[in-house]
Amino acid sequence: MSEIQFMKGNEAIAEAAVRAGCRFFAGYPITPQNEIPEYLSSRLFEVGGTFIQGESEVASINMVYGASSTGTRCMTSSSGCGIVLKTEGFGYLTGANLPCVVIDMSRGGPGLGSILPAQQDYFYATKAISNGGARAFVLAPGNMQEAVDMTYEAFDIADKYRCVVLLLCDGVIGNMMGGVTLPRMRELSELPDKSDWVITKRNGDGSMRMITSCYVPIKLVEDQNIHMAEMYEAWKKTESRYEAYRMEDAEVVFAAYGTSAGIAREVIKALRADGIKAGLLRPQTLFPFPEAPYRALDPEKVKQVICLEMSIPGQMVEDIRAYVDDRIPVSHWGRSGGILMKPEEALAAVRTMLI
Amino acid sequence: MEQSLLIAGFGGQGVMLIGKTLSHASVDAGKFSTFFPAYGAEQRGGTANCTVIVSDSEPIDCPLREQFDTIIIMNELSFTRFAGALKPGGTLMINSSLVEARPDPSVKTVTVDTAKIAGEVGSPKVANMVMLGAYIGYTGIYDVDAIKKLIGQALAKRPEMAELNARAIDAGVAAVSAS
Amino acid sequence: MEKVFGLPSGCTAKTHSYCPGCMHGVAMNILMHTIEKFQLLDKIVIVNPVGCGGLGLYEATANYISAAHGRASAVATGIKRCSPESFVMTYQGDGDLAGIGIAETIHTAARGENITVIFANNTTYGMTGGQMAPTTMVGQNSTTTPGGRRVDRQGYPLKMAEMIAQLEAPAYVERVALYDSAHVLKATKAFEKAFEVNLKGGYAFIEMLTNCPTNWKMSPEQTVRQIREQNEKIFPLGVFKDKEI
Repeated sequence: MSEIQFMKGNEAIAEAAVRAGCRFFAGYPITPQNEIPEYLSSRLFEVGGTFIQGESEVASINMVYGASSTGTRCMTSSSGCGIVLKTEGFGYLTGANLPCVVIDMSRGGPGLGSILPAQQDYFYATKAISNGGARAFVLAPGNMQEAVDMTYEAFDIADKYRCVVLLLCDGVIGNMMGGVTLPRMRELSELPDKSDWVITKRNGDGSMRMITSCYVPIKLVEDQNIHMAEMYEAWKKTESRYEAYRMEDAEVVFAAYGTSAGIAREVIKALRADGIKAGLLRPQTLFPFPEAPYRALDPEKVKQVICLEMSIPGQMVEDIRAYVDDRIPVSHWGRSGGILMKPEEALAAVRTMLI
Repeated sequence: MEQSLLIAGFGGQGVMLIGKTLSHASVDAGKFSTFFPAYGAEQRGGTANCTVIVSDSEPIDCPLREQFDTIIIMNELSFTRFAGALKPGGTLMINSSLVEARPDPSVKTVTVDTAKIAGEVGSPKVANMVMLGAYIGYTGIYDVDAIKKLIGQALAKRPEMAELNARAIDAGVAAVSAS
Repeated sequence: MEKVFGLPSGCTAKTHSYCPGCMHGVAMNILMHTIEKFQLLDKIVIVNPVGCGGLGLYEATANYISAAHGRASAVATGIKRCSPESFVMTYQGDGDLAGIGIAETIHTAARGENITVIFANNTTYGMTGGQMAPTTMVGQNSTTTPGGRRVDRQGYPLKMAEMIAQLEAPAYVERVALYDSAHVLKATKAFEKAFEVNLKGGYAFIEMLTNCPTNWKMSPEQTVRQIREQNEKIFPLGVFKDKEI
């Protein structure tokens, strides 16, 4: 068994990426994710990879696009107002079916907002990471260990579907320290074979290859769109994930992801101590969203659903409302802009919301 | 059993190092622990605080707290800002070199004259190590040698400080044990 | 048997889609001949820009990857760093390289990435219909500088070869023209020099003064005169940097 190491969230994520086979990173400084590029700036060269501090977020994601076209496992990271600058690259990657992993260590917004933790990138990450209907596979780790495990797995998902996989974290997970078990270092020889499509090789018959999102004739662009739609539908059927906590008899159901889910657990423990049957449905994938457990909530048993989010206005709560579909009252509470939500404060607020 | 600790001072006082070391030592000792720094735009001279949570039995769901079992106050401004976050019956550990202790019967107060003790040890720079030692001495749950080893690793680039830091930690432990 | 005349091996017999008289076709011909001469067809990756510059590659058989507008140098950087055995180059126009992508262009040159940048400067946005480019000359008409580029409104054009040459890292920088056989031969030498520099590990930048009969609203013959008599005055030909590597 691997031993537990004491690490900072950002560094643990970076090391997990290296162990997953990531050999190229390009990024631009922005708080609260700076330890990811700082760590990789030396670590990647140790394993024969490359790190580049790009001149901009835009340049960085386009370097990743180039790296991905060679079949190299690659990653970039940023936060809030920096992530959105990569929008251009996300579209080109999606249009060209190129895999990459993106870490959003999100912060307060909109605009410059604040450098402190928030969950205000939900809509951006889950609905439209670029033009043309491009979407990312979005993972939402609930704690540091899960952030490490999901980073490791994200590269497999990206390669499997040749898509952008985005880890939607928040500054708490990136900046906290704690014990973590790191995954095994993978040999590059274990990674998926991409020799049938990389741009650095010719086809077997000697013919050329191209990688593009601009297909001629235009019907091929529509074909690419249809491919995306089918892939997203397949994700919904097979890839959505969630965790149920104390749901066996829950009458008050919390919906929360990431750091908010940890806060929800604390709230649930306190409510249960008072005899209130509370539970949590925590999405671990935000796209595809785990619709089924919310659709399955029984109005005869569940009195209300409370969405805890570090975002005002609430964002995920709109999805929760859609899937709960007026059968059960849904309400939202959270702090925003980088104000840290504390369990005690959340508990006090939740008590006033109970029906 | 869960213990929450807030450490507050100004940037440059070594507040983060105290917190990281305690959390790291707890993880090494097989417990669950989280460290969370309040990070800001200021790199030096601004306020600095961090929280450490240690649990013997179960993983920590959230590294954030509003109320704490123990608060270490390293400067006057932090007293004003954070003393109110102490749980009833909790412990305030006060750096009495820079903070005036306010008698309050509802909480336990431990004063540590870190500057004076650090001066006696050899350098005012190790005041944070004195407070770290005092916390270890007060709680009695940490292995002093393991803490010294972690501090040595954290300051590996300045090996000449290792011995001084170790003595400061010992002096901190002794100061609290004596009182 | 030695081939003495014919299409370079990387070209198909399809007709390219450039406007009549456009010099992109000439540039593409030089490029494909150079690729053949250096026997690079199996290891070259061309980063294709947004704009007319990329249209020629549709009729070639070199591997290419399409970059977002202006990002060709960043994409090339990612490819070359991950695949050092590949020969990586970009082919870009002025809006792409000197406008929306100038940050990528300059920083890639400053890092001295081991790529070759071929820059077609025709002083206009051709594909979108003749708007002002970063290289549009003072007094030059465009659809967004009606009556000519004015210094008090739009300032001055960028001289990219000169800008790139003043950076430390680039190994070779030259500006060429393509309007007659003498200049085409000179340009061919410049391409060959740039490819040699690339194979030795250096960064090379070739700026070509090209035309746009359609948007300049001139006959091909008039564009030749325009380049020789006007553009060359603002954008002088020559080698701006030739560093030992």
